[in-house]
Amino acid sequence: MTAPLTDLIAIRDLDRAQVDDLLDTARELLPIARRERASVPTLRGRIVCNLFLEDSTRTRLSFDLAAKRLSADVVDFTAQGTSVKKGESLLDTAETLMALGVDLIVLRTSSAGAPVQLAREVAVPVLNAGDGWHQHPTQALLDALTLLQHRDDLTGAKVTIVGDILHSRVARSEVELLRLLGADVTLVAPPTLLPDVSGWGVTVSADLDAVLPTTEVLYVLRVQRERLHRAFFPSTREYARVWGVDAARLRRLPGDALLMHPGPVNRGVELTSDAMADPRAVITEQVTNGIAVRMACLYRLLSAAPRPEVDA
Amino acid sequence: MSLLLVTGGRLLDPASGTDTVADLLVRDGVIVAVGPDAAGGADGADRLDASGCWVTPGLIDLHTHLREPGGEGAEDIATGSAAAVAGGYTAVAPMANTDPVADTAVVVELVLRRGREVGLVDLLPVASITRGLGGAELTPMGELARSDARVDFFSDDGIPLGDSLVMRRALQYASAFDVVLCNHSEDPVLTADAQMNEGATSSVLGLPGWPREAEEVMLARDLILAHGVGARLHVPHLTTAGGVDLVRRAKAAGTRVTAEVTPHHLTLDDTEVGAYDAVMKVNPPLRTRSDVDALRAALADGTIDAVATDHAPHGREAKRQPWEHAPCGMLGLETAFPLVHTELVRTGLLDPLTAVARFTTGPAAVRDTRGHGGPLTVGAPANLQVFDPEVTWTVDRARLRSRADNTPFHGRTLVGRTRHTVLRGRPTLRDGDPTPEVPDA
Repeated sequence: MTAPLTDLIAIRDLDRAQVDDLLDTARELLPIARRERASVPTLRGRIVCNLFLEDSTRTRLSFDLAAKRLSADVVDFTAQGTSVKKGESLLDTAETLMALGVDLIVLRTSSAGAPVQLAREVAVPVLNAGDGWHQHPTQALLDALTLLQHRDDLTGAKVTIVGDILHSRVARSEVELLRLLGADVTLVAPPTLLPDVSGWGVTVSADLDAVLPTTEVLYVLRVQRERLHRAFFPSTREYARVWGVDAARLRRLPGDALLMHPGPVNRGVELTSDAMADPRAVITEQVTNGIAVRMACLYRLLSAAPRPEVDA
Repeated sequence: MSLLLVTGGRLLDPASGTDTVADLLVRDGVIVAVGPDAAGGADGADRLDASGCWVTPGLIDLHTHLREPGGEGAEDIATGSAAAVAGGYTAVAPMANTDPVADTAVVVELVLRRGREVGLVDLLPVASITRGLGGAELTPMGELARSDARVDFFSDDGIPLGDSLVMRRALQYASAFDVVLCNHSEDPVLTADAQMNEGATSSVLGLPGWPREAEEVMLARDLILAHGVGARLHVPHLTTAGGVDLVRRAKAAGTRVTAEVTPHHLTLDDTEVGAYDAVMKVNPPLRTRSDVDALRAALADGTIDAVATDHAPHGREAKRQPWEHAPCGMLGLETAFPLVHTELVRTGLLDPLTAVARFTTGPAAVRDTRGHGGPLTVGAPANLQVFDPEVTWTVDRARLRSRADNTPFHGRTLVGRTRHTVLRGRPTLRDGDPTPEVPDA
């Protein structure tokens, strides 16, 4: 039997059975996510709070739609520009949310570990929608769902992740999930943007062209221009030439490989527009799958939590 | 006249090289007899039972944050003094980063006077190197040295003195009074936004890393400057194996340098950060197990002179913030010696006399500790600790004497605990309970 999910904060907290269950659930919910079927009343009467302490229109929209497709009530708590954004009163905010009777908190924050700390303080499930450089578990799950729509099994699949690993919560969740699913992961990054990955069970390379011919999945990470100011790399032009992906470079990638990116893309830096138009790119599939995966996570977290006595 | 007889203990006195069972008779705060005959002439004396216990000089802490003035919500001189005697200390050195900063005679004399009013431990105030910890203008070291607080130790602790010119001038100026300078070894450019030790753990937790090089670069600079000037340098809270090597080489080269290590850096590594409990957030950060091993070896061989707590109280609310916003610092006074006893003495890394030395003669070699640190011989002031090395206890943050409760050792079982503490012949801790406040004569 699959262990019930009480919070979803980091991929490393999950076992294989829990991941398989979340992905199976997401597959069942896909027709609803794609609006091929009507929304379902599964979470009617439940209140999901989107507590977004960091800007993220795309992820918030995805969580919002996921909750609404399951008929949950959604309250937004966005706190840009207030003291909450700085984090001082996260726990005070949590107390308020508890008093308001929310059933689940989706937390997006620039503070790594804040969801772990929040989960210790509140009685309702905490769903991590991205915390600093730490984790973004629903992104990794939606990527796995996308991959498994094209591959039956990821055991031994050769996945190359290229870009800013150091500052990437996506990379951390991605590597943990891909390793759990049996993939062989290679990281390609400027050494300035590569943390100590000795414990990650991955291969490291500084030569993207050398690894492309044997790559089955190429995962390109977003690089933020502000990294320029701290001497992580010399220029966006240099970055694009050495670490970026364009149509010419994609010719080295096998014909049946897949190209992924978590979005939003810095066109012309880590990925060119013509590379995005490549038929091997599954970037828009990732977005749709995101709704289904988030529906599955909300459903599993709330079905494990005790349901309040509410007269419908 | 007051008489105190300490009976049946194992006298461990590094200053005199003594390790023997002996009674100790104290008259009016001064040791008047040591040995089997000491009980003679003890009629009417107050008695402290030390059988089965160690009798050591009162411990000295070179690095303490008592938060008064300005931070009394977390600790003050009364609560911090109570914590100190519970840990076997008779003298502690409150750091200068108070509000106002201890950069004038008025502030260090206030601290000294408050310590005397509380009367549990002697305070050895530290003054800052620069005015307001600003890193630019020197404090009036001559005036501070000649104040009632007789400051002979200066530190901007918590804030690295990054300007090499100011540091060199400070060392030159300080040498006029032969006082000690202590600089927080950290290159702040290399640690911008840093949250924990940089390494395998920070990379999983997604917390910005604090590279060991940041500590070692600054330490190397300070050692080079101190060597060139011929001034006295004390290295606070060493945390890396590389830093230990730098100090070892500097000592061999004749640099006038001393060094300390904290109990937490001797016993905890960065894997403790895993649950993002900000109680584990400290500056400098917890490092790796191999660093812990190097620090232990350096403490044993004398490269590191002293264990110093860096006792840093913070309120519960401050430590409950998200990791990146929480302040750095851990409590230390009540657990330091039991921890070293449990983890280093009972494991055979340190013999008892050496362990005691790192809390007594070691600190006393760094600066003038004014009658603290031994020897426990006839004519010396009776500042001592009676330590029960057999008792087992579990650290409970709710039962600490500190006003704050940010101990990283909550729930840990330790072997050995201070039973009595004596300041100039007067018990300041008796059977584990601090004596009610009594003004010191």
